[in-house]
Amino acid sequence: MDIIIASFIEEVIVPKFNYWIYVILMMIGLFAMITKNNLIKKLIGMAIFQTAIILLYVSVGVKSEANIPIISHHGHQEHVENAQDEKHSSKLEVSTDDKSDKSDHHAIDKDKFANPLPHVLMLTAIVVGVSTLGLALAISQKVHGSFGTLEEDEILDQLKPGGHD
Amino acid sequence: MTDHLPILLLLLPLFGSLICVLLGRNNAAHSWVVAMISLGGSALLSLLMLIKVLGLKSGDFRYRMGGWPESSSYEVGIELRVDVLACLIVLAVMIVGFLNTIYSKTRVSAEVGEKGSFFYALIQLLIVGLCGIIMTNDAFNLYVLIEITSLTSYALIAMGNRRAALSSFNYVIMGTIGASFYLLGVGYLYIKTGTLNIDDIHNYLRSENLWASQSIVVAFILIMLGVWTKMAFFPLHGWLPNAYSYAPSMTGTFMAPLMTKVMVYVMIRVMLWLFGSDFVYSTESIWSELIIWMSVVAIVAGSFLALARNDIKKMLTYLIIAEVGYMVGGAWLGNLNGQAGAFYHILSDAAMTFCLFIAASIVIIRTGESRLNAFDDLFRKMPITMIGFTIGGLSMIGLPPTCGFFSKWYLIKGGVETGQWEFVVALLFSSLINAVIFFKIFERAYFGKIKGIKEEVTVQDRDTIPAGGIKSVPLSMLIPLCVGSLSILIIGIMNKNIFSWITKALEMVNG
Repeated sequence: MDIIIASFIEEVIVPKFNYWIYVILMMIGLFAMITKNNLIKKLIGMAIFQTAIILLYVSVGVKSEANIPIISHHGHQEHVENAQDEKHSSKLEVSTDDKSDKSDHHAIDKDKFANPLPHVLMLTAIVVGVSTLGLALAISQKVHGSFGTLEEDEILDQLKPGGHD
Repeated sequence: MTDHLPILLLLLPLFGSLICVLLGRNNAAHSWVVAMISLGGSALLSLLMLIKVLGLKSGDFRYRMGGWPESSSYEVGIELRVDVLACLIVLAVMIVGFLNTIYSKTRVSAEVGEKGSFFYALIQLLIVGLCGIIMTNDAFNLYVLIEITSLTSYALIAMGNRRAALSSFNYVIMGTIGASFYLLGVGYLYIKTGTLNIDDIHNYLRSENLWASQSIVVAFILIMLGVWTKMAFFPLHGWLPNAYSYAPSMTGTFMAPLMTKVMVYVMIRVMLWLFGSDFVYSTESIWSELIIWMSVVAIVAGSFLALARNDIKKMLTYLIIAEVGYMVGGAWLGNLNGQAGAFYHILSDAAMTFCLFIAASIVIIRTGESRLNAFDDLFRKMPITMIGFTIGGLSMIGLPPTCGFFSKWYLIKGGVETGQWEFVVALLFSSLINAVIFFKIFERAYFGKIKGIKEEVTVQDRDTIPAGGIKSVPLSMLIPLCVGSLSILIIGIMNKNIFSWITKALEMVNG
């Protein structure tokens, strides 16, 4: 039994550690968003949920022994593209080589540079997440102003006489 | 000049909204002028764009943001892609936006008070987001634009009364789940293909034959779930009725016709352009069968829920949910008539929902009643409003020559061709229910309260009545209604032209 568990941990959990964490975080967030009664707790769940997705993207961009993608000599910046998956990277290599031939520069070793795209995407997603959270907090403040509470069941109790649905 | 049309029509309302913010509080009148100029200008530009695209042989054109050079393999920059379908929907968004700005003229000061200019700023930003969603050719950009529209619409809804704030909060939760699912799906696609450009992803999936790959299937399911949440497809519709009926009336009249429809367009685009019809309608998968059944449930449930409502706005919001079922089902039928019918229905539903919402808002504001008995004897008291409402209602039922008839006609034709009889039955059934709902209202409006029939007494939901009642209906509220009801007839009469444009564009992508 111990061996099975050990091999499971070694083969399934360890190599995909980030992805396990991302799924677990996402489920925690989703659970909080759906089941929690307090509006602020729902928002905390929302923040966890969004962070989990950021973790997924950032994990995708990880490359061991790679440097920041800043190339010191000119004329190459736009040719640098890296890929995660092997098949795909070979395809890209061909295209970068084509371009390097045209511009009379030696090719850039793409293994030395990390792929900046997922990180840049996540910068945008963080901004989106922050603004969503800010807006949601403002709205919950308005809810608190008119109902005097942030517990969902108490709010629904107050609405009972007038509201159907 | 004409090459820059797509970005120009986005920039006009964007700068318009910035100017409105700078004008600040208590400056609604000036902001209204700014919004009118920017949206009117953008509507003209989108008309020019439609004319340009109709003249193109290739059927579409691209605009490279920031002037990135064209690359032989993968697109590096962000593209805007415009074809006839995108042009038609952008035009619809702009026209509805423009008419809605006319409608808001008197309502803004009555319903949101000193925050008037912020309302105009947000609504222009929302229009930028919607047009961006329609035109962008980049999967991640699409996510950002979806979030821009969502954030602005949360704020617009929360401008209403206390119920509006609460329903806006629920919309935040549901909307964020939906958008995050979409983002996750895009993440899986990016891992697999290494690009975010919609055409490049499609070509890579095709050339590497990745369709059987589990990650692609997962990505597809995640994206579909996200988009369905955003468009309020039946089991995921919970946020919609309250959000749209408690919002300020000029927010409801803008968002009800457009938000869900633009998301339906996103779904069609993801299905046909991003993944491709071979994958989506492949015979091995049971999806199309399953999803058509889901849309049947959506249509029937939406119609029944609408029938059960005694509150005018709530009833109309449930009708939207049924209409979303029409479009999802039509898109999944998998033949040209179904897809084109779904697309044509986006346009016609935008027109008729706009018309109905404006008419209903006028009635509710004028009479101070939110239940159906607001309509008692209205043909005599408010003839123009009721004519507008009648045209909208007849279009919902599907009587020629309104556009609702033709969209249903094409959808039913598509359903018969593929042998999806359950979908055909659901469409006819929903037409019948719509007939019951609307003739009930017409009867009241024409004959007044009928004696001898006992009315069940229901509690009036006071929160759906916007603040600031009026004694007489101003022209600024009637003009959008008249133009809206005219456009229902125009879209209906021009159905042959519009339909041939749509089928031409769809044939191109279906190959």
